[in-house]
Amino acid sequence: MFAVFQYPFIQNAFLAGSLVAIMAGILGYFLVARGLTFAGHALSSIGFAGAAGAVLLGVSPVYGLLVSTVGAAIAISVLGREIRERDVAIGVIMTFALGLGILFLSLYRGYAEQAYSILFGTIVGISRSDVLVTAGLSLGILVVLALVGRPLLFSSFDPVMAEARGLPVALLGSLFLILVALTVSIAMQVIGVLLVFALLVGPPATAIRLAHRPGPIMLLSISLGLVYTWLGILLAANSSWPVSFYITTLAFVVYLPVRLYSSRATGERNRPGGRHTTVFAPDLHDPAEEGKDTNPAQSFPMEEKYNG
Amino acid sequence: MVELFQHEFVRNAFLAGSVVAIISGMVGYFVVLRGQAFACEALSHIGFTGATAAALLGISALEGMFLFTMVAALGMGLLGKRLRNRDIEVGMILTFMLGLGVLFLSIVTHNATTAVNILFGSILSVTQNDVLVTIGAGLFTIILLVYLYRPLLFASFDPDVAETRGVPAQAISVVFLLLLAVCVSEAMKVVGVLLVFALLVVPAAAAEHLTHRPFSAMLLSIAISLVSTLGGLVLAFIGHWPASFYIVSLTSLFYFASLGIRTIYYPRRYREPSHPSREVFPDVPKII
Repeated sequence: MFAVFQYPFIQNAFLAGSLVAIMAGILGYFLVARGLTFAGHALSSIGFAGAAGAVLLGVSPVYGLLVSTVGAAIAISVLGREIRERDVAIGVIMTFALGLGILFLSLYRGYAEQAYSILFGTIVGISRSDVLVTAGLSLGILVVLALVGRPLLFSSFDPVMAEARGLPVALLGSLFLILVALTVSIAMQVIGVLLVFALLVGPPATAIRLAHRPGPIMLLSISLGLVYTWLGILLAANSSWPVSFYITTLAFVVYLPVRLYSSRATGERNRPGGRHTTVFAPDLHDPAEEGKDTNPAQSFPMEEKYNG
Repeated sequence: MVELFQHEFVRNAFLAGSVVAIISGMVGYFVVLRGQAFACEALSHIGFTGATAAALLGISALEGMFLFTMVAALGMGLLGKRLRNRDIEVGMILTFMLGLGVLFLSIVTHNATTAVNILFGSILSVTQNDVLVTIGAGLFTIILLVYLYRPLLFASFDPDVAETRGVPAQAISVVFLLLLAVCVSEAMKVVGVLLVFALLVVPAAAAEHLTHRPFSAMLLSIAISLVSTLGGLVLAFIGHWPASFYIVSLTSLFYFASLGIRTIYYPRRYREPSHPSREVFPDVPKII
């Protein structure tokens, strides 16, 4: 079972996979907390065009991914406040990028194999220099996160209050999208463009249902990501089934019982509140106090009062 | 160009493409109206698993996609409103289905071309049999949509009032999702799993920018998707680049052109606030 570690490509896959799992575990938590999972999906699809372009130019797909996802992250955060139908616009750009990607690849000989490995990842294709690039980028992401982690956390949970306290909320949002773009770029080599979601959202979505404070949630989500990646690579190396199948299945199989159990444990009363109140904010509403509200202004949630 | 039509695969491609474009334009209008773009995306990913499972079972890809997407549509219709605000859950299921599709594919064949054909479409490999199935399913969709047109429109604009007026909104919703499943499966043959959005949502969203009258918006949406599909096929035969690339580029062009036209002719202050049911992605929160 562990004999596969003699092969350098398995070692490389393990190193790169572990780094990806750690980064995805941390950034995925913020992504889920900010409700930006769709933007994560869009960024990875746009990355496909970049990777395909890089293949056509004969450079490593990582560089193409970096350029296209970071560019897209900046464009989304700039256009996001301008276009009313932002999500449709992102959807249109996303499909167009996928179309562009298939054009680039069709100009390249043997394109089906390349497209397949970009979309679904391949553990045999990771070289030592890819591992070094991944390690450098991960280090950069960690340094930036160490600097902006606390304000980012604050602005993710309470943007209105953070703005009032003088934090550059919009700038933090753009910076965060760029960090997600970098993470998506390094994750693509292991698990592929289409399944980045499994590593980026799966572990944190499971962790927020098991822990309640940011620190433990992040640690749990990193550990889950590492376990999925290690087990996935180990199982794939010892069988003929693809690594992305194992990772997505592990993420789903762990998530499902946790999701079902936690929604039964917290009961129906959290249901209508939507994602933010059910999962992240501490439940300030005491059911025993139902109907005793004397100040009507306090019975409105913060966000509705300010957005209206 | 004209002599190309002597080849059977060219005639098949144009026939199937036109039928798919017409029904995508019709169904897509209601998709945008009902805010179900995300459901459309979900069905197309499930269709990938269907197509690969079909290869495993030895049935045709179209049959596999019909089977999987219709079962999924039935489930989504029965879950109904409880599916809203659940983008993490839906996303997890989607990735799991894609992962399963990759597994099926790797069991059947190690040939990556099959995967690329499913993901990005293979309009040039449409067979005579596929064309017949497409025309049959297309006629069925059109007849059902014409029959359901008024109640569906009513239930899409205002489900609550429709319900009180005796329109069976829930049943209509399930039937519509089944129609969407058929349409997604057909569109996958033309543009592929990943680009179904381009045929089903983009033309209708562009049409919605230019007119709010239901019938003209639907006609415009059909026209845009027909022009894009046929134009894409013609360009693909002239330019030798993939047809799905041309089709996606044309629909994107229409979308951004319509956005520009609307911005010029209908300045912001004259626009009425959009109806909540018209949001294409109501599931996605509005903070970036």
